[in-house]
Formats: sequence, structure tokens, C-alpha cells
Amino acid sequence: MLSAIAAITTLGLTLGYALGLASRYLKVEANPLVDEIEAMLPGSQCGQCGFPGCTGAAQALAKGDAPVTLCPPGGRTLAEALAAKLGVDADLSAMGDVTPALAQVREATCIGCTRCFKVCPTDAIVGAPKQIHVVIQRACTACGKCVDVCPTECLQMEPVQTTLQTWRWPKPALAAA
Amino acid sequence: MIRLRRLRFRGGVHPEGNKQSTSNREIEPLPLPARLYLPVQQHIGAPAEPIVKAGDHVLKGQLLAHSEGAVSAPVHASTSGTVVAVEPFTASHASGLPVRTIILEPDGREIWEERAYGGDPLTMPPEEIAVRVGAAGIVGMGGAAFPAAVKLNLGSRQAVHTLVINGGECEPYLTCDDRLMQERPREIIDGVRIMLRALGADTARIAIEDNKPYAVAAMTAAAAAYPNVHVTAVPSLYPMGSEKQMIQALTGQEVPAGKLSADIGMVVHNVATAHAVHRALRREQPLISRIVTVGGGAVATPRNLEVPLGTLVSDLLDACGLKETPARLLAGGPMMGMVLPHARVPVVKGTNGIIALTREEVSARAERPCIRCGRCVNACPCGLLPLEMAARARHGDINGAADYGLTDCISCGSCSYVCPANIPLVQYFNFAKGALATQREEKRRADETRRLAAERTARLEAVKAARAQQAAERKRAAAAKAKESA
Repeated sequence: MLSAIAAITTLGLTLGYALGLASRYLKVEANPLVDEIEAMLPGSQCGQCGFPGCTGAAQALAKGDAPVTLCPPGGRTLAEALAAKLGVDADLSAMGDVTPALAQVREATCIGCTRCFKVCPTDAIVGAPKQIHVVIQRACTACGKCVDVCPTECLQMEPVQTTLQTWRWPKPALAAA
Repeated sequence: MIRLRRLRFRGGVHPEGNKQSTSNREIEPLPLPARLYLPVQQHIGAPAEPIVKAGDHVLKGQLLAHSEGAVSAPVHASTSGTVVAVEPFTASHASGLPVRTIILEPDGREIWEERAYGGDPLTMPPEEIAVRVGAAGIVGMGGAAFPAAVKLNLGSRQAVHTLVINGGECEPYLTCDDRLMQERPREIIDGVRIMLRALGADTARIAIEDNKPYAVAAMTAAAAAYPNVHVTAVPSLYPMGSEKQMIQALTGQEVPAGKLSADIGMVVHNVATAHAVHRALRREQPLISRIVTVGGGAVATPRNLEVPLGTLVSDLLDACGLKETPARLLAGGPMMGMVLPHARVPVVKGTNGIIALTREEVSARAERPCIRCGRCVNACPCGLLPLEMAARARHGDINGAADYGLTDCISCGSCSYVCPANIPLVQYFNFAKGALATQREEKRRADETRRLAAERTARLEAVKAARAQQAAERKRAAAAKAKESA
């Protein structure tokens, strides 16, 4: 009995010590680039890029597995910043084609279930149980998480209308060569 | 007096004036149209919020929409009548996008809303003047439509020593300010004196281009009684009517890049704005009408009309007659004016002219490659290198264009005017400025998202910690209870 306890304890201590040493001397340095990229990303963990969160996306970006245009909330500005950081050429042509859309609550069918504002990564939805919820458009990142959980499909992505404030002059057509 | 310095700025161009057809014709009132269309956004800043609904009867000068936020302006009824609808209607804007518009059907009786006289503005506290100017819905009437009260309040934030009154009117065709100065100089000078008091400035300097000798004479005569109001004739050089260029021509001082004229102690207002201030403070009349030049080769009888705000451009063209179908309709002058999508858009507070151009007048020539002749550099009143900026804007290198001073460009179009290769330089700059604004907006949004996400994480963690603490306390209490009972 005693010898068994002693043997297991010795084994445990030795292996533990070996593990401790290994973790100190065989430590894998985390890529500092991942942290830097993660700091640039919005950090809303919305998952629109297809990675589990901003950390996953940052790792994929650092490895070069993901395009710099992966983050819809970051938009063109982030894509350009990432391209500069990683020293790659950004193909921004695809980004301009996405029609901007934002979540909107249809008041007629909202039952006030509170599910949507619990999942919103930027707290862009306000509401209370059995009260109609509303999306604060300025804070919405169009991640679509609320659309997925809404039981009555009252939350929909609505395309953003161009107004006088958001209208921009088009680029002059290039002269025929 | 010997003039030691030439009154001018660097660069500039001399476009054909085309002012003679209207500069000698008196301002005529336009009869009330069948309907008035009053957009809630006639100014720079936040749109006004309507306080009337369809079916309401309103009196002339009554408030229809109140201002929203610090930079905004209210909208008043141009005449008495019934509100038919509050709905989207084409804006007076190059985009042709709709904007919320109050549609008013005049009853033809022109009954004014009763207002008590607010007292002599020249003994009023300065802040009170700015408040009244804001409540009257007055905006910069030279075309920019920036709320005038905001600019009159600048005096309380930083020392303003000179009020510059812009009677430049350097755009071809336009003569509305010229006629206003010839016909109502005393009202303008009174408005100037009221604005001087609001700003706390010592002197007012009225600058008028020397191609308007009658206006210079009339204004000099009206200002003679006031030693602190000076009238100066400045050379006719486009863009003299631009705020920073006018200051440079008048005083020789240059407003630093990225700064406002108020940073060097000067504020610029248009002559028509001074006239509107006079009407608001002496007669208690909000801004409900303005003088509009109707001109261009396609117009049969070009003239200046005093138009109730909200009148459709088509009503103005009907009143003046058309010789032929215009090839292009402009709101404002031909250099900086906006191309209108069609004639069913209303006249707004900033509309100083409606120019209907014929096919010959707009003849667009084919663009050719840049030969780097440098004429645009000589013409640029801001001292920029338009050819370099355009080359970058063309390739979508917005930040490169910004490094060459894109944000200092005033979009005056002098470079496009002189370009022998017909390169649409100013159109490239407008595009690049829009792209720059979008870029800033996206950056702001991304920063905001990051902040909100961080706050949410912090909140969720705080809730978790609080729950854990509560659970621990409950456990401890239960243990204590168990001990007691044992």
C-alpha cells in the first residue's frame, strides 16, 4: 500500500517537473503579428468572416490563409490598412459591390422576445421583454446574428438608402483611349 | 489714397461675364405659383423636423419645421395656405435624390402670421441677435447655405475684428447680388451693422467686384454715414466670391490650410444674407423669399425675380420664357453650380441663379491626355497642383491626392476651365473628396464598433462576476444558517 502511494507520487512529481521544464524551455513564441492584427479588427466577434471570432480571423490573416477583405464591418478602410500591414496587394474591387444593408425590426411582427439583443455584438438593439425592439442604425454592423435568432422573422437586413448626406460624386468616366 | 498693394489673390481665371442681359433690369416679383415645395433640408447640417401635417392651414411666415441640433435651420411658410402633403420630393441637388418636402397650396390671401416687434437690434445683446437670425431660418445665401447664426456666434468663441461682406458675385450670368446692392443698399448696410453687433467686430469691409460700378456707387453712398463700414472695389477675377480668396484680396492675409477665416479674426457673409438679417430683425420676417437670376442662352427674357422659396424651377422658366429646350439646367452659376436633373425641383434658400444653357453653350469636347503644361497650376487660387492630384484621384489613390492638398481645394473649377486637354479636373476632385469622406466615415464606424464590442465584453464579465459573488454570498449565508440551527 505505502509503496504504491510512493511510486505514484514520485511518478507524478517527476512528470510534473518534466512538464514544467518543457513549458519553460520549449515555449512556442506566439506570433506577435496575430496580436497586432487582432487589435486592428473590430473585435465584435460577429463571425461574418467565417472564422470563430476576431482571434481566429487574425491568425488566418497572419498565416496568409484569408484575404484582407474578409471583414465586412471593417470595410474598405480596414482592408487597406491590413494590406499595408501584411505587405500584400488588396483586391478591393469585390468590396465595393456589396450593397450596404442594416438590420431593421418590423414592428408589426416583433413579439418582444429579447433574443436578438442578447446576441448583438455591439449592443445595437434596445428593447425589453414584451416590448417592441429597435435597432440603432449607427451601431449596427450588419452581422446578421439577430436575423438568425429571430423567431418571427421580424428582423430583416434592409438595404441602406442613399440620402443627400451619403451621396457622393461619381468618378468621371475615363476618356476612350 | 495710394494703393500700395494689388487687391488680388494668386491664380484665378477670367470667364466671360454674360451679365449685361440682367444687370440693368429691375428685380421683379414672381406671382404666387400653384404649389410650393419646401424641402426640410435647404442648408448644410441636420434636416429640419416638420411640425405640420397634411390638411393644416398655415399663415405666411409661420414655422413649418424646426431646426434639429446645433447646425441646422428651420423652414417657414412662404405664403398662407394649406399643407397638402409632407412627402419625399426631388431635391435641388445634382443627385436628383428625393428629400422630405412640405407641399403647400397657397390660398392667395398672403396673410402674415402676427409677430410682436422684438425691439431695436442695435441695443440688443449680441447673443439675442444670433438667436433671432437662427429662428428666422437664415442661411448663407451666396450658395453654400451654411446656417448664418452659427457664423454669427463665432464672435463669442474667438475674437473677430473684421466682418467681410461678400459682394463679389464672380460667377458668370449671376446678377442677383448686383441688383440687390443697386436697389436696396440701405437695407444691406443696416443688416451689416446688426451683424457687426452680433459678432462684436470693429469694422465691416464690403468687397464688390469692379465690374459692378453702379452697385459700388450705391453701396458707398449708403455706407457713407458709418465710419466703420468700408466699401472696396476689388478686381473682377474668378473665384473672388470664395471666402478665403476674398480675404486674401482684401487684406493680403491668407487663411492657413485646414483653418477657418475666424481663426485669423474674420468672418465672411454674403450681401443677400445681410439683407435677410435686416428683414428678420427690423421687420420680423423670416427667410421666405430670395432673389434669383434666371439666365442662360435658352431663356427668352433673362431677369432677376424675387421668388417665394419652394417655387418650382419650371415656374421660373415659364415666367421668363424659353427660346429652345435647354440642353442643361443649372442651379447657381456655370462654374460651380449644380446640374439639375429636371425643372421640377424647388428654389431653395441657396439658389442664387437658374441658368438654362443651349446645346452650343455646353459643347463638351473630348478629353485628351495631360501634357503637363501647368496651366492648371497657374490658375489654381489655392496654390495646389491640380494635375498631380487628378492623376492620383484617377487611379483611386485617394490618400495620395489628399497628400497633395485635396482638402484645401475649393472646387472652383478654374483648373478645368483652363485645361487645354479638357480633363475634368474638378470632377475628379469632387469624386476624391467624396471617397475621402466615405473613408473617414468607415474609420469612424470601425472605431465605434470596436468600442461598443469592448464595452459589451466588459459588461458581460461584470455581470458574470456579480453573479458569482452573489452565489458565494448565498452559500455563505446558507452555511451560517445551517451552523446556527445545528
